Amino acid sequence: MSTSATDSAPREGRTAKAGYRGTKVRRQRVRAAWTYLTPMLVALALVAGWPLLRTFYLSLTDASLSDTAGAAFIGFENYLVYDDGAWYGLLTDPVWWNAVWNTVYFSVVSVSLEVVFGIVVALLLNAEFKGRMLVRAAVLIPWAIPTIVSAKMWAWMLNDQFGIINHLLMALGLIDAPLAWTADADLSMWAVIMVDVWKTIPFVALLVLAALQMLPKDCFEAAEVDGIHPVKVFFRVTLPLITPALLVAVIFRLLDALRVFDVIYVLTSNSTSTMTMSIYARQQLVEFQDVGYGSAASTMLFLIIALAVVVYLYLGRRQLGVDQ
Amino acid sequence: MQRKFLIASGLTLLGTAGAAPALSAELTISCGAVGAELTLCEQGVEAWENETGHDVEIVSTPNSSTERLSLYQQILSARSGDIDVLQIDVVWPGLLANHLIDLEETLGEDAAEGHFETIVANNTVDDRLVAMPWFTDAGVLYYRKDLLEKHGVAPPETWQQLTDIAVEIQAAEREAGNDKLWGYVFQGRAYEGLTCNALEWVASHGGGTLVDADGEITIDNENAATALDLAASWIGEITPRGALNYTEEEARGIFQSGNAVFMRNWPYAWSLAQSEDSEVAGKVGVVKLPHGPNGESAATLGGWNLAVSKYSENPELAADLVAYLTGEAEQKRRAIEAAYNPTLTSLYADEEVLEAVPFFGTLYDTFTNAVARPSAVTGDNYGRVSNAFFNAAHGVLTDEQDGADAVAELDSELSRIKRRRW
Repeated sequence: MSTSATDSAPREGRTAKAGYRGTKVRRQRVRAAWTYLTPMLVALALVAGWPLLRTFYLSLTDASLSDTAGAAFIGFENYLVYDDGAWYGLLTDPVWWNAVWNTVYFSVVSVSLEVVFGIVVALLLNAEFKGRMLVRAAVLIPWAIPTIVSAKMWAWMLNDQFGIINHLLMALGLIDAPLAWTADADLSMWAVIMVDVWKTIPFVALLVLAALQMLPKDCFEAAEVDGIHPVKVFFRVTLPLITPALLVAVIFRLLDALRVFDVIYVLTSNSTSTMTMSIYARQQLVEFQDVGYGSAASTMLFLIIALAVVVYLYLGRRQLGVDQ
Repeated sequence: MQRKFLIASGLTLLGTAGAAPALSAELTISCGAVGAELTLCEQGVEAWENETGHDVEIVSTPNSSTERLSLYQQILSARSGDIDVLQIDVVWPGLLANHLIDLEETLGEDAAEGHFETIVANNTVDDRLVAMPWFTDAGVLYYRKDLLEKHGVAPPETWQQLTDIAVEIQAAEREAGNDKLWGYVFQGRAYEGLTCNALEWVASHGGGTLVDADGEITIDNENAATALDLAASWIGEITPRGALNYTEEEARGIFQSGNAVFMRNWPYAWSLAQSEDSEVAGKVGVVKLPHGPNGESAATLGGWNLAVSKYSENPELAADLVAYLTGEAEQKRRAIEAAYNPTLTSLYADEEVLEAVPFFGTLYDTFTNAVARPSAVTGDNYGRVSNAFFNAAHGVLTDEQDGADAVAELDSELSRIKRRRW
């Protein structure tokens, strides 16, 4: 495919014949590369490219789930259309913008909490103590349980009448009446965030732990000898060194959080107070059978996630540049 | 030796597998699991299996009707024959008609004779009978006879009376140590069940039915706003906040464990409340739902039907199963054992039925004059309409906005939906 540095550099110093042989070898390599890459590219085009393009195409039609074949092309009407003195379409739908706001809020809050708690857990696990392996395995449990199962489990624990969370809080005297965690509009978003954070701390903790184990011991020993406060060591030495791993963890979690579906759907169903973009898109696609409009929502979801990733990578690179 | 045996048994297996379809076919049915539904369905299906020698597998589906519809729509739009017989809600025939067979073709012109005409009409789409009525439903008010007697009050006739009684009894009982007692429980989750509840509040306040028979949007009126505001005033006072996430079974759980004075639910809850392990057995009364100052009592028409998928491999056999399950003997058994309202008029005069479920007689008018959700007039868009309505009602219940704002907003939301072809 592309000319690598090792490939082109020695060629300049060779004779014409060697140059000819070099090109032949290069051609062979290129051919081999394409041969090996093609199956994967075809597979990617089939499983990722085609659905994406089809979704984008469907968003320009009035297709319905019961009859996708008889769809008519309607341009950008699913997104925005002016009709009878008023604007219609996805971009004017307050429910959609509410879903966008909910998604962003959920993502920012839950990913921030996960990163903070993940680092704390990783630092704890990085310390030498007896039974460390056992604790490491135990910490992984929330991540190992399928989201649907853990969400249902939390739904029962958060139940207002017989849930154990209310029971505990009341026994501790923190509240006098049971709280309706998943029903109360003020609480349900926090309940959802709490369950998500509980589930994904292990993921962040594992990535950070791996980074911590790679760190050179000498600078910590030097800091200890110099008598520098551990908090200062953490912010000045540890944190900058694990930043690359953190950036990876954050991007993974951010992508997951922006398209969150299962945990919220199980806990609070279609309630608008926690509805995210994915839940909105599913509702349009499946419940209302409106494949056209639902595809428009899915396309917007894709664009918003893509935008978030681009912005994040841009900021991330700048951040790294400053550090260097 | 062993090899020979394997080959022989393999051949035998092949033989039976090849012969099986000729002898007995395998059908699948999806029936609900709310209350005693699943057990009843299993028993009914088993009786048919014994009679005909065919095998029927019961597929479990979600309890929430909103989610069950989604599942059906996915299966049917993929033209999958995975489910032969589908239990469908009274508001779905129009939505699913294209995927269902005409039962009059397989079962004969008189297939639906003797069933409530309104339901038969509801299940007939473009002159095709797409589903057989199985049981009908209408919201009713359950109350604790013992508690009302103890406090010397009669069952309420208006929503205001219900509120006052609930406040009084809840306060007095909590004082006496029953600190888990609530006044009123209903279905407040943002789903189809809330549409039923809210429609009852609105209609019984003289606020109409969302969309009238001509397709005009009627929800933006004072009576509807008052009705929603009244309901919102219950939350946290006589209704647990958790009710904002309750479906039928969660509400029944609270009532049946003796922790509620009143409950709005469907008739199915009756036999369960009377069962041996119920805390309130023998202490429950049923009356029609209360009404507002400007209206008459209204109960939302519910009910379930059995339909046969067009993609079924054995449509005739499936139709036969449907005919059996919706037949008189089976409907009578379901009425007596679990208080499912028959769709055959004759059974409402049946002594055995009335003995088992006394309120069937007194509430006969309620069941026959129930308020229909606007599913016929809004057609394919009913899902959106109902969704907009239950979300607006949920918004009022959670205090995000007051009734007047909610109905005004709902009015413009419904106009948006109406613009998209209804």
